[in-house]
Amino acid sequence: MNMSAESWQRAEIPGPKKALVFAKPQVVATKVKIAKRPILIVGHEAVNTSLNEEKVIDYIINIAKAAEIPVVATSHIFGEFVKRGFQPATWMSIMDITNRLQDPDWKGLDGVGQYDLALFVGIPYYMEWTILSSLKHFSSDLTTISLGRFYQPNATCSFSNLSLKYWIECLKVIISELGEK
Amino acid sequence: MLATGNLNKLADLYEECVGCARCESACRAGNNIHSFIIKVAEKKLKKEKFKIRSGRGAVQDLEIRKVGAPIVLGEIPGVVAFVGCANYPHGGKEVAEMASEFAKRRYIVTASGCSAMSIAMHKNEEGKTPYEMYPGDFAAGGLSNVGSCVSNPHISGAAVKIASIFARRKLRANYEEIADYILNRVGAVGVAWGAMSQKATSIASGFWRLGIPVIVGPHGSKYRRMLLGRKDHKDDWYAYDARTGDQVYVGPTPEHLFYTAETKEEAMVMIAKLCIRPSDTTKGRAIKLTNYIDLHKRFYGAMPDDIHLFVRTAADVPIIMKDEITKILKKKKWTEGMIPDPTLLPRLIRKRKE
Repeated sequence: MNMSAESWQRAEIPGPKKALVFAKPQVVATKVKIAKRPILIVGHEAVNTSLNEEKVIDYIINIAKAAEIPVVATSHIFGEFVKRGFQPATWMSIMDITNRLQDPDWKGLDGVGQYDLALFVGIPYYMEWTILSSLKHFSSDLTTISLGRFYQPNATCSFSNLSLKYWIECLKVIISELGEK
Repeated sequence: MLATGNLNKLADLYEECVGCARCESACRAGNNIHSFIIKVAEKKLKKEKFKIRSGRGAVQDLEIRKVGAPIVLGEIPGVVAFVGCANYPHGGKEVAEMASEFAKRRYIVTASGCSAMSIAMHKNEEGKTPYEMYPGDFAAGGLSNVGSCVSNPHISGAAVKIASIFARRKLRANYEEIADYILNRVGAVGVAWGAMSQKATSIASGFWRLGIPVIVGPHGSKYRRMLLGRKDHKDDWYAYDARTGDQVYVGPTPEHLFYTAETKEEAMVMIAKLCIRPSDTTKGRAIKLTNYIDLHKRFYGAMPDDIHLFVRTAADVPIIMKDEITKILKKKKWTEGMIPDPTLLPRLIRKRKE
């Protein structure tokens, strides 16, 4: 079920520039396909959130595999990826990766150059809110996408506030769209 | 679940609830959710009785004389202070777990204010609080409570006393030298896991300006101000060797001065890492690295990717991990450095080069 595109946090005013809402999850896949250097940043809530048996991290792994995006595991969830047979590009705290994404001279994880698209998922809502605010104001040419369940006004694009079931459906659509290369 | 009469899940929320009652204003049905939580947890609430160590006040000069040398030489791996408010991401239990872990590892653990109370509100399987498990003196493996939130200067004061008593730095009009001493030699870290107030951030700034790194919980990101270092920028990590005046690479020690951690596990690894200081002796560095690597392996399931930045000489490598670390150092093309007498102040250089 698609709900409103309002900040999930009360008394937080994002300013005049607010995130565009994805009308359809297919748009996320298109954005990722168009991007030259995308990166996927995954926080610890991807391990804690689940619908039935499958956890969000399982869907995220499928997205990363389908799009061949480097994954940064924040917090302590690197081991969770490895347990599932997936090797993230690196582990780095969310503060460190945000700091680096703001630096136009950063050469990226592979030494090739700065990224042009950053996707965020599994970060605590209020942390992601401030991180995206920081990137909105201080990164040079970075597009940010929040793949989380709740509307993130400081991202470039975000989902609206979604029910858990519909959100998982959206992630499934993204995986299937990215698979069709 | 509530309709079936099972109230346990709702009662469990009491552990994590900070009582802000935002759930009530968000509830579309207009339910008094916070009141429900309090009601169903009533039995638990009535039984709440904990033992807390009384606020002890300032750390005595005598205690500093005992621990000053081992802290500066790195043989006591660090001083960890749990301070600040109670806006924890998952309840106060996490603070108690962190305090117990570091006391067990022979760090000097001290607490104040809400954090000191939260530590008392967690009991182990034997029904003992951390205060009953660890002694209350300011010594390795001790867990002390300095007092209320406004007693925090006793903790920073202990660091200042080390500079004064152990290194004979003058206290009057000499802030710069003392901060330089603490930043380079005293492996202390402040943790404000539930920081939310203006007071907490001003306390944190009182610590970081003395060279003591501060870690805040995820809610601390709302301060919108971090002091982050970049370990990948080698040029940022040079200090003077006071003996020769040479500029020497000292590694990212400490890497950050104000940092938000996402989870308790990340914070624990970061505490161990931020206790590392440029002046550690080889024995001290090996002890600190053992703690850092051990916690990293436990929580991340892998070796840290920056060990080579903290090993200055072969003697810094912890003996029990020697084979593993030697392989990593080879892979990273590590070269041996030196242990300086570090300072950031040119006027403290004793012998200048011609």
